Amino acid sequence: MSKISVRSLTKNFLITEKVPGIKGTIKHFFKRRRRKVVAVDQVNFDIEHGEIVGFIGSNGAGKTTTLKMLCGLIHPSSGSINVAGYQPIRRQRNFLSQITLVMGQKQQLIWDLPPLDSLRVNAAVYGLSNKEANKRIDELASMLDLSSELSRPVRKLSLGERMKAELMAALLHRPSVLFLDEPTLGLDINSQIRVRQFLSEYNNKYGATILLTSHYMGDITSLCKRVLLIHRGNIFHDGSLIQLTQKLAPSRCVKIELTEPIPEDSFRPFGEILQYKGHLIRLLIPRSELALNLSSLLDKFPVKDLEVTDPPIEETIGKLLKAGTT
Amino acid sequence: MFNKKPHFVRIVSSFWASSIASELEYRFNIIIEILSVIGNLAGSLFTLSLFYGPNNNLGGWNWYSSIVILGIYTFLEGFTTTFLQPNLSRIVRHVQNGTLDFVLLKPVDSQLWLSLRIFSPWGIPTMLSGLILISFGLNFSNSEISIKIILISSLMLISSLLILYSLWFLIASTSIWFVRVWNANEVLRSTLVAGRYPITAYPDSLRKVFTFIVPIAFLTTFPAEAMLNLLSLKYILFSLLISLSFLYITTKFWNYALRFYTSASS
Repeated sequence: MSKISVRSLTKNFLITEKVPGIKGTIKHFFKRRRRKVVAVDQVNFDIEHGEIVGFIGSNGAGKTTTLKMLCGLIHPSSGSINVAGYQPIRRQRNFLSQITLVMGQKQQLIWDLPPLDSLRVNAAVYGLSNKEANKRIDELASMLDLSSELSRPVRKLSLGERMKAELMAALLHRPSVLFLDEPTLGLDINSQIRVRQFLSEYNNKYGATILLTSHYMGDITSLCKRVLLIHRGNIFHDGSLIQLTQKLAPSRCVKIELTEPIPEDSFRPFGEILQYKGHLIRLLIPRSELALNLSSLLDKFPVKDLEVTDPPIEETIGKLLKAGTT
Repeated sequence: MFNKKPHFVRIVSSFWASSIASELEYRFNIIIEILSVIGNLAGSLFTLSLFYGPNNNLGGWNWYSSIVILGIYTFLEGFTTTFLQPNLSRIVRHVQNGTLDFVLLKPVDSQLWLSLRIFSPWGIPTMLSGLILISFGLNFSNSEISIKIILISSLMLISSLLILYSLWFLIASTSIWFVRVWNANEVLRSTLVAGRYPITAYPDSLRKVFTFIVPIAFLTTFPAEAMLNLLSLKYILFSLLISLSFLYITTKFWNYALRFYTSASS
């Protein structure tokens, strides 16, 4: 049986709307205009034991709402969810002991105290003995490269250190299902990489199932073999990241550096020009014509350097989402 | 109702250890807090001396028995400062910031967590002075003191704490819908000031309001009557019933409110 199974999941919200200005404010105060918004619409998916799945989509696509329903924080309007054999909304003790939610924008650590104090509270809450808690704290701290930071007040930690400590607090009870909502938000590139490595290590070590949302494609590309792309509450793609890129980007990006500038028009027959700077050109060439076009480019022009890459996935997905809205 | 677990004591002591540690983080603030506790105590004693004199009789209550009521009121004030105010105003913040998520995801009863998470030591001196006032009043009222009276008095005091807690918690729970409910709590706190005086000191109409609508009579007057051995068994049982019903209603209401929790967006 799948670790997570979601069927026809739907969530509607009633939102109030206000016209700007004083008149709008007065009207809004006396009579609220409400509108129904479908945040998640008939969503279906399954996630297997130990899988790391990327959950991507633009802001307001329904990612966080889905995650919150999977955790049992909000009631679905309709549909069914099964996580680790439980119905999340019942929030049974055994269910809660098996899951965790990490939110890049919210923190559970006690602001004025060192992370160790928060960890101690969590250890008590999850019924871990002091010995066991200390063992796990040491283990997580070494996986995350934290040491003396754990004894400094949270308010004095850097964003990266704080996020690592948040992860420790969220994983102390060794959950088997991790819901991560933008866990690398605002972190510098080094901290992002460290957090990714940690998650992958945790997944290997404990066989945890991870559902991860992120706006940093690096998180998705390095961690998730499979992605769920959600758009306006619907699943747009459920499959491997490679499939998604191929589906979305049937072309490759070719960057050419020339020894001398050549007019822009000379490159038009080879593909779409993404960037032109005289002696530096970026072209988008369909995969099927790639080999042929590359050899003619090398023949015709004084090429100093040439680089073939996949177009950045952010751009590709951005394009798709744009296409989806029109 | 609260789920009692073997590690309940450990959870609560870890909560309180961390909240006391948080208070001690700011050393300068501690001096200010201590000064404010002393100032408050001096203030209420002064007000008391203005209102009452040894020969005054307020609604059939003499000076010493009124002191018992004031003692109970002071004790409840301290209890509010130590438990209700810090914990229940946090519910509002949790709802506002969406951090209630973390509480709801812990394998601990969320009402228990939200009600006992913080222990603010600053109400302890007030609670102690309340107890001193109660003993002082009882001592000079020449009322009979027996194990039975002590037992009943403690029960009545507990039921009064439960009613007070329930009122606060009910209001705090509504923050799930209204988010900002600070004002409602302030209104409650100022209404409860009425409990400083015997309920019989008020006109008949207000007396009814304070007994049946805002149960102020159950908070101070009835427990004081129990301590002075003036309360009939009927009222004792009624008080206990009321407090347990209130507690039951809060848990039901909280679980109902959670159905509407949408969790602030990230």
